[in-house]
Amino acid sequence: MSRVSTAQPLWAREHNRSFRIIKSLVITVATLLILLPFLNVVEISFLSTKELAEYTGSLHLIPHHLTLAAYRSIFHGGIVIRAMIVSIGVTLVGTALSLLVSIGLAYALSVSGLPGRKSMLMFVLLTFLFAPGIIPLYLTVNATGMLDTYLSLIIPTLLSTFNVVVLRNFFLNLPKELLESARMDGAGYGATLRTIILPLSKPIIAVIGLFYAVSYWDAFFNALLYINDTSKWPIQLVLNSYILQGQSLPNAIAQSAQSVNVTAPTEAIQMAVLVVSMVPIIIVYPFLQKYFVKGVLTGAIKG
Amino acid sequence: MAESQEQHSSTLSLERTPNVATVPTRARTRGRFGRRLWQYRVPLAFALPGLAFYLLFYYVPLLGNVVAFQNYLPFLGFLHSDFIGFSNFTALFHDQLFWKATINTLEITVLQLVLYFPAPIVLALLLNAVTSNGIRRVVQSIIYLPHFMSWVVVVILFQEIFGGSGLLDQYLRNHGNQNPINLMTDPRFFKALLTVQVIWKDTGWGTIIFFAALVAIDISLYEAAAVDGASGMRRMWHITLPGIRPIIVLLLVLRLGTTLSVGFEQIVLQEPSVGAKAGQVLDTYVYFNGIVGGNWGPAAAVGLMKGFVGFILVITANWAAHRLGEQGVM
Repeated sequence: MSRVSTAQPLWAREHNRSFRIIKSLVITVATLLILLPFLNVVEISFLSTKELAEYTGSLHLIPHHLTLAAYRSIFHGGIVIRAMIVSIGVTLVGTALSLLVSIGLAYALSVSGLPGRKSMLMFVLLTFLFAPGIIPLYLTVNATGMLDTYLSLIIPTLLSTFNVVVLRNFFLNLPKELLESARMDGAGYGATLRTIILPLSKPIIAVIGLFYAVSYWDAFFNALLYINDTSKWPIQLVLNSYILQGQSLPNAIAQSAQSVNVTAPTEAIQMAVLVVSMVPIIIVYPFLQKYFVKGVLTGAIKG
Repeated sequence: MAESQEQHSSTLSLERTPNVATVPTRARTRGRFGRRLWQYRVPLAFALPGLAFYLLFYYVPLLGNVVAFQNYLPFLGFLHSDFIGFSNFTALFHDQLFWKATINTLEITVLQLVLYFPAPIVLALLLNAVTSNGIRRVVQSIIYLPHFMSWVVVVILFQEIFGGSGLLDQYLRNHGNQNPINLMTDPRFFKALLTVQVIWKDTGWGTIIFFAALVAIDISLYEAAAVDGASGMRRMWHITLPGIRPIIVLLLVLRLGTTLSVGFEQIVLQEPSVGAKAGQVLDTYVYFNGIVGGNWGPAAAVGLMKGFVGFILVITANWAAHRLGEQGVM
């Protein structure tokens, strides 16, 4: 949270020295503890077999030379590229659908005088109190025929009640006069939403969009549950089976690595896959970061 | 549940005017309701897909819980499987793994309450005392990041440090320890490992909500205290902590409401490497016994009981939040 003045007021200055030392120490250590695991895997992904042995053996941090061999073997084709495309597709389509449906519902629930508004709101809010069990949910998805389709990665988690409530609260807090004057000028509900409300709600929509996108990108269990066909796997499932379970990837990396004649160690290739899977989040992160606090605050104040 | 008042007044005025002139008949009421539906057809249509989602993926699955009372066989479906009353439930009470899963769940909840819950509060207080805006912003953007990583990624990051061929393992081997402990697969450390992972992933993100509360504290209180000679620690104790107390109570109460849910994806990923005895919790019991193992009935029974207890806990927690003068979720 940014403070307006940079000058130190009297009351903020007077922490004693031991407190200041503990504070700096804890914050520095916490930040390093978060960064180091990332740096570790990024570094491994760039190492050759020889350098890898040196790195893990002695913990020396700066390698002599880095190689792109691991990345080359991934991008030569195979299941990783495929899984990345699946994940990107599911995330883009899913986020768009989730935003569309959330905005529609949140807007309707903020329109005053809407018949049945109170019951509809209740219908939505009650879902805070219970989660559909794993087995009933699986049976439902099975019954809709979505098993083993990309739809099963989107539709069953289409809405987050928290996001819908945050959006609705934001819409309710928009200045009433604006909406009324638009209505008096003869704008219908659709036009009011499109021309007045949405432009004013860009920051909150950005945050909610980010939340949806991250949850689609990170989703692992949905795919484990609903997708059997390995060619439809999203990247998180590939990470799990290739790195955590240590399985070799079916006709993918090994072959393509041979064909481009590179010799990256398996661990480097694994970490390269991991790094590639984190890239989209790292790219989106700074753009949306400035809206985080605002979005979370809106939710916190009127949850 | 703050429902705005203007909705009431507008419906009242809409209904009252014709009532004065005529006695409303059923048909007329319906006609008026129909007209209102037509008048609001656009927003109603906007609401429809969202409501359909909640119906299909929250309310309809409730019916699927009948499986808990059946000898469910997938090829028969729940329409044709035999009803066996409460047999699935009574069978559970003789299932050692079910009790183990319950105890594991509670142990993990307690560990996280004691070790994870205070972490964001402490970090937020320390970070709030950082006087340089630039440093604070950089630190914030680093500590929020792990929250956005998937559990698969987090587990891999931990594996690369504490796992079988991780940094720690290699380091110890090179320094004379020929058989170092693998912290990722040792059942004794599993619950501690889960807690450390949660702390690593979510402490930073958890600070945001406390910052919100910290900003809302009246600065003049600090000024007055400083003038009266209160030290930094005293100001933190007497002004800052009381200022964020409501949000602490609220989060605590909400966490108690989800006592039976502990990191599902996190545990599904790692339970196989330590075994069910050390690692199984109620949610993974349902998954591994039901969907993987095919014992649909008993697993659904666990899911239903967990859902029921969870429902009671959330309601109680919400009630408690209101009793303590906080906002609650509903």
